[in-house]
Amino acid sequence: MKKAPPFWKGESVSDFVDRHLAWFMLGPAMLVLLALTIYPVLNLMAMAFADIRFEQAREIWTFRPLDNLRQLAGDEVFRRALLNTIVFAVAAVCLEMLIGLALAILVSSLSGLKGLVRTTLILPVLMPPVAIGSMWKLMYNLDFGVLNQAVTALGLQPINWLGSSSLALISVIIVDVWHWTPFVFLILFASVEGISKEIIDAARLDGAGNWGIVTRIIVPLIWPPLLVAALFRIIMAFKVFDQVFLLTSGGPGNATEVVSLHLYKVYFQENQLGYGSMLSLAIILALLCFIWISRRAGKAMEPR
Amino acid sequence: MLVLHGHSRAIGYGLIALGVFITIAPFLWIALQSLKNEIDILRGSWLFAPNGFNYADVLYSRRSDFPVNILNSLIVASSSTISVLVIGTLAAYALTRLQVKPWVSRLFLGWTLIFNMLPTLTLVGPWYLIFRQIGLASSLTALVLTHIALNLPMTIWMMMAYFRELPQELEDAARVDGCRQIDAFWRILLPLTTPGLIAAGVLAFVFSWNEFSVALTLTDRATATVPVAVARFAQQFEVQYGQMAAASVLSTIPALVLMFFGQRFVVQGLTMGAVK
Repeated sequence: MKKAPPFWKGESVSDFVDRHLAWFMLGPAMLVLLALTIYPVLNLMAMAFADIRFEQAREIWTFRPLDNLRQLAGDEVFRRALLNTIVFAVAAVCLEMLIGLALAILVSSLSGLKGLVRTTLILPVLMPPVAIGSMWKLMYNLDFGVLNQAVTALGLQPINWLGSSSLALISVIIVDVWHWTPFVFLILFASVEGISKEIIDAARLDGAGNWGIVTRIIVPLIWPPLLVAALFRIIMAFKVFDQVFLLTSGGPGNATEVVSLHLYKVYFQENQLGYGSMLSLAIILALLCFIWISRRAGKAMEPR
Repeated sequence: MLVLHGHSRAIGYGLIALGVFITIAPFLWIALQSLKNEIDILRGSWLFAPNGFNYADVLYSRRSDFPVNILNSLIVASSSTISVLVIGTLAAYALTRLQVKPWVSRLFLGWTLIFNMLPTLTLVGPWYLIFRQIGLASSLTALVLTHIALNLPMTIWMMMAYFRELPQELEDAARVDGCRQIDAFWRILLPLTTPGLIAAGVLAFVFSWNEFSVALTLTDRATATVPVAVARFAQQFEVQYGQMAAASVLSTIPALVLMFFGQRFVVQGLTMGAVK
């Protein structure tokens, strides 16, 4: 077949556009991703091996490849932050999946009120995380928070929710569970509702009890969305920043220091752009490893 | 799905009621606090004369920037939403319906996935430097650009899911009748994906409105958005509890509006993005 001539040799512009439509339509998105995500990551690679200071609005780059690496190896706070983030993510996501699944199955067994439940549960998903943080900061308040009002009404000592180093991380996890369980619910509820009634009725005729139906039929059938939701949530939990920033700013001590918060402090409170980039690179690499491992694990866990 | 009788039925309803209560109660409580004087908040009193002082202070007092913050948030959220919808829809159409080389689309989608997983703060350092270099430091334009990038992956996946649901025959018929590819997209497929556009737009708007970490680090006093302002109330040397509560309630208004009027689209968008 003869190739059509390009528009500068007689082909009309609209024909040219139409023939290369895929590139014209993908172009803007590619441009955005290249300029705003790939280029910054490349920048990160250069910045990670330098020390960057500002003098009279000018950037002074000093190339010092080993110092940042050495600082990374000796960064105790980062290690603590990584550990906290993992504990936070695993605990929060496990609770969210359990409660979300239980609620999804329960609500799908209701005859009415489904719409109402769904409407109320949208609120935490859409509420600004910052507002959630300040809301819980008020509720957790040692002296006048509603939670301690309830605790003292029961005749107990007020609890220092955010101020005690053993409890602060748990308090932050509770907020995350409040925030994200509704999201898990919405996804699992849609999947549970998608199961055909006949399968469940057939199982019931064969003598399966409620527990049997849940463990033998509902859970295996919604396994793929369940895994997706869990993975999605783990990754989101790894990014946590807003609420922790508001609730504790990492304190007391380093009890609730998380990865993003540590990055923020290195970049914008200690003004170490170079070392911050080294940290960012390390986090990106760790995340890529995690994705790779979880993909292998996901393939191994697929029910046959 | 289950059939609940007697006790288990009562327990089931009880648990659901508890879940709904726990979800709603904190918000009602903070709304209550926003109507109290500072003294009533600090006393934790339940009987008080509600007044709008905190709202008036947040919105009208001379030392508050909150009206400016709202304006900034509206500008950033609406312009980033419109841009991300246009860019994302075009890309989603190309990826689902046009002949894109497999390695291109795999690389493209793989990168959107990875980018979406990165903690936003890993990229804030280079963004800060880049926007400084091109003279956009702490400008609204810079914030809009970052929000476009942050919301692009989600928009593309959602729109791809919507395009996939439309039968290929529609487009083929139009092509046979002599319609250009771009006209088939514009006149036939795009009108059919209106629900998808609304769902993606609604979510992009809310996520941009809520976005905190970039707004915190790349704006200054004149360009700060609503979440940054809310955080300021909570972070000042002496926490202003009343104003903080009022600002939090005000910042939740878009979410509340959507909860009552756009919930069909929100649920559709959230479940579609994650399940498919």
